[in-house]
Formats: sequence, structure tokens, C-alpha cells
Amino acid sequence: MAGYRIGIDVGGTNTDAVILDDRLAVVASVKRPTTRDTGDGVADAIDAVLAASGVDPALVSHAMLGTTHCTNAIVERRGLGRVGILRLGAPATTAVPPLEGWPDDLRRAIGDHAYLLPGGFEVDGRLLAPIDEQAVREACDRMRGEVDAVAVVGVFSPIDESQEERVAEIVADELGLPVSRSARIGSLGLLERENATVLNAALMQTLTQMARGFVAALRARGIPATPYFGQNDGTLMQLEYALEFPVLTIGCGPTNSIRGAAHLSGATDALVVDIGGTTTDIGVLVDGFPRQSAHAVEIGGIRTNFRMPDVLSVGLGGGTIIRPSGDGVTVGPDSVGYRLPQESLAFGGATLTATDIALAFGGAEIAGLATPTVDPERGAAAWTAMRAILEDSIDRMKPNAAPVPVILVGGGGIIAPAELDGVSSLIRPDHFGAANAVGAALGEVAGQIEKIYRADPSDRRASRADAAAEATDRARLAGADPDTIEVVAVEELPVAYSDGTAVLIRARAVGRLAA
Amino acid sequence: MTGAQLTEADIDEIALGAAVLGTGGGGDPHVGSLMAKRLIRLHGPVALRGVDDLTDDDFVIPIGGIGAPSVSVERIQAESELLAALAAIERAVGRRPTAVMPIEVGGGNSMIPIATAALAGLPVVDGDAMGRAFPEAQMVTFHLAGYGPGATVMVDHHGNEVVSRPVDGAWSERIARAVTVEMGGGATMIDYAYGGDVVRECAIPGTLTLAKRIGRILRGRDAAGRELRDDERIDALCADLDAVRLFEGKVADLQRAVDGGFTRGAAELDGVGADRGSAFRLDFQNEMLLARRDGALAAVTPDLISVLDLATGMPITTESLRYGARVAVIAIPCHEKWRTPMGLLTAGPAHFGYDVDWVPVEDIPRERRALPDSARTTEGKAA
Repeated sequence: MAGYRIGIDVGGTNTDAVILDDRLAVVASVKRPTTRDTGDGVADAIDAVLAASGVDPALVSHAMLGTTHCTNAIVERRGLGRVGILRLGAPATTAVPPLEGWPDDLRRAIGDHAYLLPGGFEVDGRLLAPIDEQAVREACDRMRGEVDAVAVVGVFSPIDESQEERVAEIVADELGLPVSRSARIGSLGLLERENATVLNAALMQTLTQMARGFVAALRARGIPATPYFGQNDGTLMQLEYALEFPVLTIGCGPTNSIRGAAHLSGATDALVVDIGGTTTDIGVLVDGFPRQSAHAVEIGGIRTNFRMPDVLSVGLGGGTIIRPSGDGVTVGPDSVGYRLPQESLAFGGATLTATDIALAFGGAEIAGLATPTVDPERGAAAWTAMRAILEDSIDRMKPNAAPVPVILVGGGGIIAPAELDGVSSLIRPDHFGAANAVGAALGEVAGQIEKIYRADPSDRRASRADAAAEATDRARLAGADPDTIEVVAVEELPVAYSDGTAVLIRARAVGRLAA
Repeated sequence: MTGAQLTEADIDEIALGAAVLGTGGGGDPHVGSLMAKRLIRLHGPVALRGVDDLTDDDFVIPIGGIGAPSVSVERIQAESELLAALAAIERAVGRRPTAVMPIEVGGGNSMIPIATAALAGLPVVDGDAMGRAFPEAQMVTFHLAGYGPGATVMVDHHGNEVVSRPVDGAWSERIARAVTVEMGGGATMIDYAYGGDVVRECAIPGTLTLAKRIGRILRGRDAAGRELRDDERIDALCADLDAVRLFEGKVADLQRAVDGGFTRGAAELDGVGADRGSAFRLDFQNEMLLARRDGALAAVTPDLISVLDLATGMPITTESLRYGARVAVIAIPCHEKWRTPMGLLTAGPAHFGYDVDWVPVEDIPRERRALPDSARTTEGKAA
């Protein structure tokens, strides 16, 4: 029987929770401060939304958690695990060793344990070099006690995973630590896949802690729901899967808010401006779905090869710190984040934030709070600067010069002016503050397959159909209602300079979560 | 140019400009730029030598990668390949290299010579033999001037070394392809290694500094140092290069296949903005080679056709084109050397199997106004 769904979105500042009924209508939405131990904030939000809705916990069948926890950990270089990196590629690939081009502070967080070992395949499946098990064990000896997880990355492993699998076994056996294998994380493009795999390994502990809190909170309230995590494409992962692939939670925040905004407003083509405590994320809704980025995506200054929503993130949120600078002001990029209710002027603190400026100069109101006193000239300059940041960012994401409708969501929405240049209409839907959580709860599930096929280039239909069928089957196994599954993408990646018959086919199917 | 040096800080701008001049091919310069930056960091800045500053005593080594971009981004080069290639050409010819040069200024091959120069302590020549990127080894200005490839060297990550002396550019291409397949789809290659006199005669001068200028504009500064908004960059670039803004559209369909060692395919674009109502087609063989608007010629090789992200101005390669991407297509007039009968025979439309006559891109009339639906067919016929 169809039950209620709880959707929760943990942001840097607020934890939002909603309950949707079986027709996906919002029954209640709440907002609670994110806490240092994020599990407390999640538990608090669940209590609040249960109380606000009056729904019996026993009738909640699904619980979805969308979190920017992992994204923030990378951006702020906080709470990341130390990662040992085993690249199987020698004698090739030495001109660009692992972590080349990484920002120094992130390198320091990861630690200094990257090894370039013999291994890898050629594009046509031949062995580049056999793995040297002794060398793997020696690297393990040197990493012992120095790393929290290990990333294993083999040249052309998406074509043949066997070396990565074997090395992962040895590492697990030697060190007993979690291992990320690159073939399961990204596609062709060694450095981008390696970067994604290293980040994934660095986040394993980060997400495990968060997941533990979530599951405990559900159980303590007698909620029998299956827990899910949102991932970057707007679909859901079951708990065990998420713990193995924490990096896939990156980007689920913007995706959820775009999808939630579409659901709440009924719009299908618009810009979605999601203002949180620390950042504003702008996405583009095209035919009801987030526009995908056409480029390799940078996360915390590192190139990775996920397909991600095309989102522009700027450092302006409700908690953004405003400082005097020369004659004017600087706006951020740092934020008081979840400490807004303690630290901002309006709440009795000592830090001037974007929220204070909006209250004093933008006509915004927060019930029960007095307008803070702000130096008139500096305050006006800050308000002008905030408005310019929003207008400029919207302009950059517009498909063309024509004014666009903008759906404004997120808890920091009060810092946006009532009118903005280049915007045809500003829509603030009901429950706008919890659009993230709504998007999380809508949840679709996906199945994906990536396989090398060998067939005459002139007739790949059978191969494509096979990949599509397999992706559909995986979506069904992941919990999608078979009647709703659609194949949303079939991509062919030609394997050049081979005999011409090999092609990597990637297929993806998405369906609504079975009730 | 004498006295100029390339530092780590120059590399990203050159790489970005090279991606534009690469017209969608030549591979993503990202890996090459990491390599160049790392080797400059380890070994110091690289001296830049003007083409006209080369003397007859110079021995100039064009070095680059050959193979599929999908291989070069996965099985990255071994550092040892770069020095091994230099040593091999010295043994084969009996002359010690005095400078390194890009064979093409497009994509990854703009970066490998800089990386090699840093590693070997040699200067890099501010010029190349294409002024862009082309998919075949004989499509170089040396060939147009009647020079053969000379002794060619190919090395791989295992330490294999193949030296050949092909009789002409076409044979060089065939032999190199075969060796590349055996070397796992990618190799480090030297060909057209000549003395300073020949390079002065043949090379297209100033292309590394041109790439740097393009990169600078796309990163938001015009020639005068004025800051540019994102939506001003493409126009500023066109103004600087005498380039034509051909079309703005959304990728509506994409076919890609591997054929004879090349990624061939076509992208269909639906017009947006001022081009709404028109359709555009891009044909590519590694590089973008032919552009048609509503069926009529818009630009064709050897003129340069580049695809840029409509919002950010960043260049998009044929490999990274995706359905739904919103792009601007621009065309840059190619160097005069390609507009000669020999240039057109070597890299004109007929060579790539396109049944169209070459017309200089600046002479092709174009209608850039959005038309009402009823006028679409008319425009297709008229253009």
C-alpha cells in the first residue's frame, strides 16, 4: 500500500523536511537549523514535520535524504578522510601523476600517499602491464595507519575491471579499509575518473556518520521506511549503495531544488534560483528537467567526469558575511552558515550578514525580529552589491537575452529583491523554503549500464537495445515501478584506433519509485 | 619575441586558445596543460623563439601526440617518451635538436612541445605547421611547400621506438596510423624535423602567442586589458580574429562513429535567439570541417570552424558535444597558405569527401535574422 514519504534536505545552514502524501502533495514542511552533528538536526526536523503533519510514523513508507554534506566537506576541506591512491598505469601515465593540478589545501587533506604502479589495459583490451602484487602489498605497508580509505584507478579499467578488482581485494586484505574502484565511479578520462574516485574514497567516512544518524533517527521514531539518498541526477540510491558511492550525492542539492521547484510551481521552463545560507545555486529547468552540464565538472577546484546538472553556484546566501572594505564593502564569500541564529545582528549576534542587509535595506521581514542597525552608506552599498550578484548570475544562466521566469526557492530567499533586471516574473511557490526536500521526496530511481559491445558499426541497434533493456532491468531492481520506467539516455562512446567494431555503450533508465 | 618566456601562468590561456584553434579536434588540452605546467614548475620557464629568429644552424623538432583523443586522456604519456623521441631523432639524423615546435597549435598538441621544451631545456618556437589542427599527418605547411616528412620517429610508453623514412606525407600518414594502432592507439611522434631555414620558410608564425591572446579574451580580458562580461567574449573574439559568428543553436541530434581511425560524425543544431527557425549542421572528422545553414554552405575547411559554449564562451570539442548543449559556432579565416591550390588540394572540402566548393568564409553571404515559419523554406533555397 502506498504510504507517506518524508523528504529531508540537509544544507549548510538549514535542514528542511517535508511529508508528501501518496499523490505527492505536500502535507507539511518545516525548517530547522543544521547542527554541527548533522544527525541531531535531521532528528529534530523529522520530529517537527511529524508533529506539523500529524502523520502516524508507522505509515511513512519511504524516507529520502538529500545532503550537501559531502559537497561542503570538499569545498570547505573539512572532515575528509585521508586517501591512499594506487594508480595502475606504469610505465605509461608518468607525465601527469595523481593529484596534479589539485589545490594545495585539498592535497594536504588527502595526504601524501599516491603510488604509480604497473598495470592497466590498452584501448583494444590488451594488457598494458600486469599488476605487481608485491608492489601493491609494499604500498599497503607504507599506507598502513596513514590513510582512511584507498582509491584504485587502472588505465582503461572501464573496459576491463579485473585488475582493479584484484588490487582492491589485496588492499582490503592487507589494510581492512574501504576501497573505491574507479571503474565503478566514472567513465573514460583517467584524471577525471581518478579525481572522482579519490574524492569518493575521502567521503566514505563522512557519509557513513551522517547515514548512521539518519537511520537511528528513523528507527527511534518507529518509522519503518526504507532509507534512500538523493544523487546528483535527481534519482535515489539505497543506503548501502550510497555508502559505497558517497561522491554521487554531490550535486543532489541543486538537482532536488530544481525538481522540487518545478513540482511546486508547475513550471516546466524557468530558471531556478535556490538561495541557501552559504551559496546561491542557479539551475535551468528545461521541459521539467534540470539542464545537464556540457562540460567536465569542477568540484572544489578539481575536474571530475560525472554528468551533473548545469548549476552556477555563487557565494551569496542568507548567512554571507558583509565586511567594510575601503570605501565600500565586500560580500562573502564566507558565511556564518548554520550559526546564523546566533551570530547575525538581527538575531542578537555580532556579525553583519546578508540577511541583516535584506532586513535593513530590502524591506524583508522575519517575524518577531527587529530591523538591525546598519551603517546607511555601507548597508546601501551591500544591498546594491547583493542585487548585482544575483542579476549577473541570472544573466549568465539565461538561455538567451529575453527575460525569463525565475522560481525562487531556498531558505535564504528573503535576501532577493522583489524585482530583478532581466526577469519576467519572480515566482515564490508555497513551501518554497523546502523545495530541496520536496525534490528529494519526489525521487525517481535509475538503472545504468556501461558495457563494451563489438558489432558492425553500421548496425548497432541490437547493442543499443540490449544496453537499454539491461538499464531498464536494473532500474526495476533498484525499486522503480516497471510501468513508469523510461530509457532516458543511450550514449555511444566510440573506441577509436581499435579494430573499429568496439563501442562503449552507456544506457540509463529512470522510473518512479514503486509504492 | 626574443627574450619572451612561457611560465606556468601562461599555459592555461594558451591551452584555451589552442582548443579554439583546434576546431573541436586535437584532443582536450587539459592533460597536456597539466603536463606542461608540472614540467615548467620542475624545470623552469621555457624560452619562446620567434620563427624569424631561427638561424640556419637551428634544428627544429615538431613533437606531438598521435592517436585517438579518447586514448590520450586515458593512457597519458610517459615522461620518458618525450626525451626518448628527441634522442631517437638525433640518432636518426645526426643533428642535435636546438628548438621544439608544435606541429599543430590545436588541442593537446599545442602543449606537448612546451612540456618537452621544459623537460629538455630547449626553447619552443612561436609558430606551427597548421595554424590550427587537422586530422592527418601530411596536412602541414611543410607539405604545401614541397617538403617531405623526413625521418619520422614514433615512441611509446613501453620504450618501443619506430624510425621510418616515408617517401611523402601520404605514406607517412599511412605508416604512422598502422604503428599507432600497434602502440595501443596513441604514440609520441616527430616528423618534419628541419633546419631553421626551412622552418622560417614554412611555419605559420606567432600561433602560440595568438593562442594566448584568444585564451585571454575567453577568460575575460580584451587586447587592451579591459574586463569582458561573459556574453561579450565571443563577439570580442570574433572582432579580434576577423572571425564570423555563424550560428547560435542547441544540439538537437548527434551521430558519431569510428571509421578508419577517425571519429567521424555530424551534429544537428536547432537555432536559438536570432537564429530561431533555422537549422545548422556540423560535419566533423576529429575536427569540425563543414558547416551548413539550412542546407546551404556556411563555412568549410580549411577555414576554421569552432564551437563555443553559448553562455561561457568556452570551446567544445567534437568528443564533448552533448545533446542539448547550447552553442555558438564561429568561423575563423585560415592562413593564406591554406588558400592556395596546393592548400585546398591537401585540406579542402574535396579531400574530406565533401561535395562543395571552397568559398572563403568572409565571402559567404549570410542571413542572421530570425524568420517567420512561413519563410523557412524560402531561406533554405535562397542561401
